[in-house]
Amino acid sequence: MLRYALKRILLMFPTLLAVAVLVFLVLRVVPGDIVALKLTAEGGEVTEEQIEAEKTRLGLNDPIHIQFYDYITGLPQGDLGISLWTEEPVSEEIGARIGLSFELALISTILAVIIAFPLGTLAALYRGTVLDYFIRILTIGGIAVPSFWLGMLLIMLVLAVWGVLPPLGTISIFADPMVNLSQMIWPAISVGYRYSSVVARMLRSSILEVLSEDYIRTARAKGLFERVVIVKHGMRNALLPTVTVIGLEFAFLLGGLVVTETVFNLNGIGKLFVDSVVRNDLNLLQGLVLTVATAFVFINLLVDLCYAALDPRIRYQS
Amino acid sequence: MKDNKNKTLLDVSKLSVTFNLKNATVGAVDNITFKVDRGEFLAVVGESGCGKSVSALSILKLLPEKIAKIESEHILFDGADISKLSNEELRTIRGKRISMIFQEPMTSLNPVLTVGDQLTEPLITHLKMTKEEADKRAVELLNMVGIPEAEGRLTQYPHQFSGGMRQRVMIAIGLACEPDLIIADEPTTALDVTIQAQILELLKDISKKMGIAVIMITHNLGVVAAYADRVNVMYAARIIETGTAAKIFKNPSHPYTIGLLRSVPRLDVSRKGKLATIDGLPPNLMNPPEGCRFAARCPIVKEKCKASPFLTELDKKTLSSVSCWYHKDAEKNGSKMYEAGEKTIKNKPKTSSKPILEVNNLKQYFNISLRSGWFKTVSGTVRAVDDVSLKVYPGETVGLVGESGCGKTSVGRSILHLNDPTSGEINFLDLSINKKSIALVRRDMQIIFQDPFSSLNPRMTVGKILEEPIMVHKIIEDKKLRQKRVHQLLEQVGLYTYMADRYPHELSGGQRQRVGIARALAMEPKLIVCDEPVSALDVSVQAQIINLLEDLQKDLGIAYLFIAHDLAVVRHISHKVIVMYLGKIMEFADEKELYSNPKHPYTKALLDAAPVPDPLIEKNRKRMILKGELPSPLNPPNGCVFSTRCPQYIKKCSDAIPDLTDYGKKHFVSCIKVK
Repeated sequence: MLRYALKRILLMFPTLLAVAVLVFLVLRVVPGDIVALKLTAEGGEVTEEQIEAEKTRLGLNDPIHIQFYDYITGLPQGDLGISLWTEEPVSEEIGARIGLSFELALISTILAVIIAFPLGTLAALYRGTVLDYFIRILTIGGIAVPSFWLGMLLIMLVLAVWGVLPPLGTISIFADPMVNLSQMIWPAISVGYRYSSVVARMLRSSILEVLSEDYIRTARAKGLFERVVIVKHGMRNALLPTVTVIGLEFAFLLGGLVVTETVFNLNGIGKLFVDSVVRNDLNLLQGLVLTVATAFVFINLLVDLCYAALDPRIRYQS
Repeated sequence: MKDNKNKTLLDVSKLSVTFNLKNATVGAVDNITFKVDRGEFLAVVGESGCGKSVSALSILKLLPEKIAKIESEHILFDGADISKLSNEELRTIRGKRISMIFQEPMTSLNPVLTVGDQLTEPLITHLKMTKEEADKRAVELLNMVGIPEAEGRLTQYPHQFSGGMRQRVMIAIGLACEPDLIIADEPTTALDVTIQAQILELLKDISKKMGIAVIMITHNLGVVAAYADRVNVMYAARIIETGTAAKIFKNPSHPYTIGLLRSVPRLDVSRKGKLATIDGLPPNLMNPPEGCRFAARCPIVKEKCKASPFLTELDKKTLSSVSCWYHKDAEKNGSKMYEAGEKTIKNKPKTSSKPILEVNNLKQYFNISLRSGWFKTVSGTVRAVDDVSLKVYPGETVGLVGESGCGKTSVGRSILHLNDPTSGEINFLDLSINKKSIALVRRDMQIIFQDPFSSLNPRMTVGKILEEPIMVHKIIEDKKLRQKRVHQLLEQVGLYTYMADRYPHELSGGQRQRVGIARALAMEPKLIVCDEPVSALDVSVQAQIINLLEDLQKDLGIAYLFIAHDLAVVRHISHKVIVMYLGKIMEFADEKELYSNPKHPYTKALLDAAPVPDPLIEKNRKRMILKGELPSPLNPPNGCVFSTRCPQYIKKCSDAIPDLTDYGKKHFVSCIKVK
């Protein structure tokens, strides 16, 4: 097990390096020019010379291999360069927002798992009954309804019931946990509904698949309690594909909540993403993609370790 | 205590099971009645889909509740009716008083739980043992079923056990609470013949010792003859005959039983003629025929058969009954009933001419990675085929037998260059075969695969499947003529021309295998490699296919390399037989010589392990059962590869690989102990 874990951890480094190189190369191919955008945004005439001078100042006129060298040697020190727009270090720009996105993703995941497990399990055990159909409608709804729209409905609902707006904006969880939670719970619900629907549907189908396996019949033939058959023999095997889905969704939440963040006025990674794209801020975009990719790799590692913990065949293979 | 218990342990009366599927209802079991006595070994035989497994599973209500409707007058177990019990009440009987052993040892154990955990579960649930007591008992149980070093193995997972060992674990689980009845559903079908013998002997010994009754579901008549006290024969959801094993095998009363017994090739008797076959197929249970369900295939069918026959008692003492209006006729004329079994001899191969295929020192090694390390992967070499030489003459059938993993399939694939051989010489039609020249003779060498379900493209019609090779090889360019040829091929293999428009899933297993044969024939080949062509088929269909292969050989002079694990089938069809073990030839001789005078200890063990469908012979048979299992092909034993399991092992066997030596009559054996 330890050997397996160690191997997986070491294998992360080449993956991350490949991502870093790929991100750099792809972004250099993207057309667009931040400098012209930045200078014209302030109004007035801009001359070619001014643009060139600004480019040189920002290091954009350096040969590509020099740029790459600066970028790649900066990475191990956590130096992602400076944002071309605000000229603040990229790591600080991201650092200021990642905590919030992470917190939202985590709360949503916890919420989703709490909702999804009973729903998925019940749907599988009562397959073909009214309960199953009800859960199916509920979960298909979760996948069909966009989270930002649900978010707007939630805001209106709170307004209608309590006559006040839900607390928008963000206070750090370390500053005031209660206020923070009262702010985060609404976006978490609107995101978590979709999330839990995806997980519940996955869980339902994998439980159904596992329950038709031969070893479940063996367990029943042994005269075990039905509860033991389902939980001990069934759930553990059914968890494997579900864990994968949870991991992928979590990683997605870190960077993909653009509209929801806007609706709830949250200053997260998603909004930063859009800003960096709109402004052609290559350095920031690069840093963001790299951050999200790293999150994906880490979460994949966690999923792999979960797999190994759940399934001895994987543990013993290495 | 023992004597005031009922003699009859299980009394099933008028049991029916219907499956309500989305757009059809299937009567899987139709009104069956049977009894099992305490300590009795009852075999239930029949072809696939006849309801034998379903009836057994329905006793413990282990069928999917939503679609299976179980009805019965009563199911008395030890005097108490268990048919009306709730699931929770039945649960206290499952695994405690009635336990089950399933067919697939590979999938019947939970892969994520340790063997010890799975073995102790029933002990803790039913007998309320503590974890420590249960562990202690588990070790005893594993020792009892012949798993060495049991203590260390409790913490292991199923994937660390071989198939045979897993089935032993399943038996241990079944025995855990010392039940009164064990239901074994095809317990050895997935296992090799030497392992099958180990498992069945174990089951028999333990059940006799502990007085446990066994219901064994099987399609293997040899197994029935060797182990069963009584037999229920099932056909199309009904029990059509029941009686003691001795009676059923010696004097069967139902035409179906007679046909079934006569359509299996015999291991112990030399071939007398073509196999008897039961024409046609079992009826579709979604829409079963009125009256006797065997009528459509019965050679002595008469007007009265339009009404369902009753199960008539033949003998009170042995509880023999049969469900046939004309059982007296059947008993009297049994031997003449299936005249398809004419006394034809095998095709005479042209041994005077040059061999069509000559293989010299063929080696097929596979490199496989065992462990992927940090920078290098540790790999091993599997010697799937190691120094094999053979000859096939025109019109001859050479049988290649051995247990799984012996390399028999690899030999066939290497000859066809489906795998590139590691070294060795293959001469076919006077042409040395290599990567390039194989293209020249591709159409002269064809193959028939084992699995008729997965070897035909499900999205192509039968006609297209047969037409494709004719088109690719530009044998017939004209479209109309090509279609005519397809129809001719279909007729040649006993199918109807209208089947050209069907898709493979619309055909039965036997029909699909016929399509596979027709596809090979389309090329007008000189040699067909038959890779386990009948092992996925039911007995009566198997006989049809074997006869077809023989007829084609006679008409077209095709040579076969017939690869199979069933020694009786190989004996029936082959002129010469090669026995392989761990990639090497152990023995090679003419069919008659090899089976009547086996010399190699492995051949002897194989023949010993395979049961013969005759209880009289089986009762007096002393079998030498091989211990242990096939060693890892990655790390074969030194010297003779069979030395680790050989009962005649002497130290010298480990010194060198024995040569394949001719002991007269072209009987080649690779063993230093043979004189």
